[in-house]
Amino acid sequence: MPTQLVSDASPDASPDNPVGRVIATEYGPSDKVFRGVITSGAMVSLVVLTLIAGFLLFRGLEIFRDFGFGFITNVVWDPGDGIDKATASFGIGAMLVGSVVTAVIALVVATPFAMGTALFLEFYCPSWLRIFLTSVLDLVAAIPSVIYGIWGYAVFMKYGTSWGRSINEYLGWFPLFNVPAPIFERSPFIAGMVLALMIVPITTSVARAVYSQAPRDQIDAVYALGGSRWSGIRHIVLPFGRSGLIGGAMLGLGRALGETVAVYLVLNLVFRINFEILASVGGNVASLIANKFGEAGEYELKALMASGLVLFLVTLLVNFAATAIVGRTRGTES
Amino acid sequence: MTTTFVPDTLVKPGRPWRRTHRSTLATLGFMAVAGLSSTGIVAVTGLAGPLGWYVGFVFSLAVLGFLGSFFRDRVVAVDLFATVLICTAFMTVLIPWVSIFYSVIKRGAPAFYKGYLTTDMLITSSGEALNLGGLSHAIVGTLLMLTIASLICIPLGIIAAIYIVEIKGRFAGVVRFLTQAMSGVPSIVAGLFIYATLVILVFHSFSGIAGACALAILMLPTVTRTAEEVLKLVPDHLRAASYALGASQAQTTFRVVLPSVRSGLITASVLGLARVAGETAPLLLTSGYFIKLTTNVREGAIGSLPTYIFSTLGAGTTEAVTRAWGGACVLLILILILFIGARSLGGRNKGR
Repeated sequence: MPTQLVSDASPDASPDNPVGRVIATEYGPSDKVFRGVITSGAMVSLVVLTLIAGFLLFRGLEIFRDFGFGFITNVVWDPGDGIDKATASFGIGAMLVGSVVTAVIALVVATPFAMGTALFLEFYCPSWLRIFLTSVLDLVAAIPSVIYGIWGYAVFMKYGTSWGRSINEYLGWFPLFNVPAPIFERSPFIAGMVLALMIVPITTSVARAVYSQAPRDQIDAVYALGGSRWSGIRHIVLPFGRSGLIGGAMLGLGRALGETVAVYLVLNLVFRINFEILASVGGNVASLIANKFGEAGEYELKALMASGLVLFLVTLLVNFAATAIVGRTRGTES
Repeated sequence: MTTTFVPDTLVKPGRPWRRTHRSTLATLGFMAVAGLSSTGIVAVTGLAGPLGWYVGFVFSLAVLGFLGSFFRDRVVAVDLFATVLICTAFMTVLIPWVSIFYSVIKRGAPAFYKGYLTTDMLITSSGEALNLGGLSHAIVGTLLMLTIASLICIPLGIIAAIYIVEIKGRFAGVVRFLTQAMSGVPSIVAGLFIYATLVILVFHSFSGIAGACALAILMLPTVTRTAEEVLKLVPDHLRAASYALGASQAQTTFRVVLPSVRSGLITASVLGLARVAGETAPLLLTSGYFIKLTTNVREGAIGSLPTYIFSTLGAGTTEAVTRAWGGACVLLILILILFIGARSLGGRNKGR
């Protein structure tokens, strides 16, 4: 495919002294420029990711120096009087826990449904419907988070509250479902349900892509042996697609960890480490940033940058892991 | 009338896998019994409303499926049970999305009046009557920022895709991996980054260009990945033919490969736009929100649909909330237009 053929007939070659013609492929000057430009342009994702980490670290460095590891573990957000830095104290422990709690609720709720939807699309629904439903799935994946947020706030809150109340009524003996006071609005449970709805499309489409590559001949062999549709899924498709499903779920987890506006609108932001998912107390690093950004002073802004860096690193880690896991099933291509 | 012997001797091809009327009737009967029992459950227990009926319905289906296992072969019963679970999982997932579309249209409709799309909120506060003010400032701001974002992002995304597919460079795997990782960058982090760089260091105020840059970062992975898949569909013999005619790689790429997938690349770009059109968090940090119609993207805050929804919702009065739903309706329609446009353009050379 490269173009210029450089043929060097050796000057001292003669019939008595045959020297093999050197054949090498080399790109012409215009192609060298082309390849150089494209290669440097392609590095933009690397550059952007590095710059994000670099700038957030640069802005937040002072915070990490002042609070050290306590910035991750402490549970306090006090900008002080805004003049004297000694009066301020920042720690995102509660928000980190809150992020993890809401994202895990979303994951636990969304994954079975995503799995069922992927199986339905791939093995149960007629093919004319499948094309339509795949488009619908892509479309709902593009619904903006602010619309999920306003829906969760104005429509779903009523249902979520009553579900929370019934869960607490019947399963309240379980520490997770206990509440200090009977207020069920704006709880991590409701936020987690809204997040679950947001991540179902991602997980479903990854799972579906992997399921569709399950070896057809083996499934047919199951049918030929008298197995039912479920036997084929149970013994061929699910084992084949396990890592794809895990990877898809982790991609969803990454998105749920970093979601801002939907959580901001639905969840009650309180600085307290809280595992009682039905109580009206919760938080999330991303919505903390959106919440405090407006009236933040210079020093508090640095703290927000530092929390942004922590969030960035956590989601990057989750995504790296997810991509690696999904890639393992799909092989090198796609 | 010469071929009279045919009808008697022709064997009808059997289709044993086809659904028989009997099995369709059995399924319908099964559903009807579950529906009746669900109505009974709603009448007797604390479940109420359509959602309560649905829960009862799913519950009855599962119980009936379980009871069925006593009358049938175990394999068939388990298959029936799994079918019920998988189909109900799908139906359950659909309910909230239908609810989202329904509530956006139903609650957003009262916000519309003749001037809703052509006036801004400069002299109207969000709590005032619904026949005043509008969201022209938000529409214009969103469209401007999307235009700038696509000017920045689309060339870069296509270049990255060319690098992966055409050049197949040493770092192709790395670029693809990083692009995938970039798609997981939380939108607010992209906003913080642009705030820390462009807003603080370059513009010294909120600005539309800064907002567009944040959107471009979020859009890049979608454009790159879709463009990559599109470029992979170009058959290799096109490239080979071009090289055989003596074209360089640059000529091959720009004159043969890219023109042959033009519509696919447009689809890639429009899908990227649809993905970021509703991003709110990064715009709160970079372009801010401004109530006046402005086309100045260089400095000063600028309106946009997502921030319009966000800030009017914050005002809290009934009118303000209705306005927010109206904004959500316009935003959803915009995304729907982008999406359908992308699909109809890309339908011709879709690979799957």
